[in-house]
Amino acid sequence: MKNQLKELSNPKKFQSPIDISDVDVDVLMLMLESMVTIRKTEQQLALGRKNALIGGPVHLGAGQEAIAVGVSQYLQCTDRVFGAHRSHSHLLALNPDFYRLFAEVLGKKTGFSKGMGGSMHLFDQPSGFYGSVPIVAGTVSLAVGAAMAAKLQKTSNIGVVYIGDGAVEEGVVHESFNLAKIQNAPMLFVIENNLFASHMHISLRQPSDMISRFAEANDIPYELVDGNDVVAVSQAAKRLVGDIRSGKGPRLLELVTYRFYGHVDWRDDVDVGVERSLDDIENWKARDPIVRLSKSMTESRYLSKHQESALNQRLDKEIDKAWNRAMSDPYPSADATLKYVYSEEK
Amino acid sequence: MTIEKHNYGTAILSAFEYLLENYPEVFVIGQGLWSPWYVGNTMTDLEKNFGVDRVIDTPVSESACTGAAVGASLAGMKPIVVHPRMDFMLYAMDAIVNQAAKWSHMLGGQAHPGVTIRSIINRGGEQGAQHSQALHAWFAHVPGLRVVMPSTVADARDLLIASVLCKDPVIYIDDRWLYDQEDELIPIVELDLTIQRPVISLMGGDITIVASGHASLLAREAAEKLENKDISVEVIDVRVLNPFHAEEIVESVKKTKNLLVVDSGWTSGGFSAEIITKVVEQLPVDCLSNPPTRIALPDAPAPTSRFLEKDYYISSDDIVKKVINLIK
Repeated sequence: MKNQLKELSNPKKFQSPIDISDVDVDVLMLMLESMVTIRKTEQQLALGRKNALIGGPVHLGAGQEAIAVGVSQYLQCTDRVFGAHRSHSHLLALNPDFYRLFAEVLGKKTGFSKGMGGSMHLFDQPSGFYGSVPIVAGTVSLAVGAAMAAKLQKTSNIGVVYIGDGAVEEGVVHESFNLAKIQNAPMLFVIENNLFASHMHISLRQPSDMISRFAEANDIPYELVDGNDVVAVSQAAKRLVGDIRSGKGPRLLELVTYRFYGHVDWRDDVDVGVERSLDDIENWKARDPIVRLSKSMTESRYLSKHQESALNQRLDKEIDKAWNRAMSDPYPSADATLKYVYSEEK
Repeated sequence: MTIEKHNYGTAILSAFEYLLENYPEVFVIGQGLWSPWYVGNTMTDLEKNFGVDRVIDTPVSESACTGAAVGASLAGMKPIVVHPRMDFMLYAMDAIVNQAAKWSHMLGGQAHPGVTIRSIINRGGEQGAQHSQALHAWFAHVPGLRVVMPSTVADARDLLIASVLCKDPVIYIDDRWLYDQEDELIPIVELDLTIQRPVISLMGGDITIVASGHASLLAREAAEKLENKDISVEVIDVRVLNPFHAEEIVESVKKTKNLLVVDSGWTSGGFSAEIITKVVEQLPVDCLSNPPTRIALPDAPAPTSRFLEKDYYISSDDIVKKVINLIK
């Protein structure tokens, strides 16, 4: 495999604090809180799954929070954001209502998808989150269509899709790149390159580790950024989203990252993962996007130890409360299975 | 009231014109839309009259284009995807079966992929196994999809409009062998697709023949031939295959006590089995004079040579023979 990502894929690099000099302290605080919220929510889900309180699979993205949080800084609730199987962060970065996420994952009526979707089928259109599905690459063409619609509707809204490095092995992604380009669709493709598809390292699946090569092939301008640096992600997103909104057509943003958990549920997956080792996981944990941001903020005296622990304590308490509330919520009514098949049946 | 003369193809064209004229959220996407080759006379000059932004000829990408239409429908548009041959549409099965059919249900009724997927059955003429398939039974198997097969000139127009105005994903299937039919149509009245049911095309007392699409036309032709032999046939046109309602058919069979289903798909696992089952389930045990039966395609891909094609496809004479054997 060609290592075109160079040092970006080396877990021993990029471990130092990040450059926050161009960003307002208020914005940094919001991004930090958003990332910590997502991390803690997923830790609660990992625990709930381990204790068999959650019946279905959960694909956790701990370690990748900087991506959704950075990208979402420049999205509006009228944009059309589509996720995939690992999408808790994509939704929470737009709407941090972890109570409704817990309820959904537990299959409760009060969840984002009324308890009909679970972890893998999330919906919150009022915040711009159009939906997520676990069919790899299943939403890519949908997002392009929603972007084409934005253009036909003469708005400056954009389509956004989050996919992983594995998704580009599906043919429909290449059809979608081509269609978006030829239609000049206002579309942002976000590639979370965490180097793994399920258990398989990218070197066993592709001749190069750099997904942006497909943007080049379709004449789509792109940026390739450290996905564990929330400021770098958000600044790249700002440039690309700005271009898209001004009618310049599709853009692609590739973010290099790593997931701390295995492909699904709470385990490490070092025993089933091909080329996934405990050493790698430890090294990548030293590149933790939350730690790097909070260190930078502490060094710049934007964040005191006291503030940080207060934030953690508050979120722990709220998450605990939300989890218990969701646990005691009702399931969908018995007629729900037939009720939602069609929009209306006469 | 202005009566317009139409054939099946121009009836479809008039539906497109009506929709594009009256609904700014309607757009059409598919391969061959700017060419006279692909879709007969059903879309002539639409791109000239309504613009290439709303009548979009596309790259050779059935999957992405169908998915894009699903996505656009989630964003408030009423897109129509056109697949000039059903065979090529198989590249788009994920967008149709995993996405369009499921989003309402799995998101708690909050998302409505109101996309219309027009799929054309285009066969015969030595086109062979991959330019011939009629796969309506597959789509009718999937909860969440509405499946429409117009067999008359009026339905070709009116059910296309109803499909596009419906909030659910609709597979609208027309068959090139229906295009020569002519009729005089009254001005357009918008129909609610969710209340459309099978209709009695011809009334009769000796046997009920149920069919959809092109098979329905064959059934009507056969009924006329059988009338000359003093056999009175009731023909029921299914029109909407999913969700499928059999009440009208059950009532008819209670009267005629004989049931023949004609279907342009393959025999095994086909839609003919669904019709017979649903009817028999609701009939009194001793109601039928003869076992219910069916005519459908042999369980083989379409052959290419015209010599083999002649036997493979169903004719109205096949239906006549079957009926005479059954009830005489």
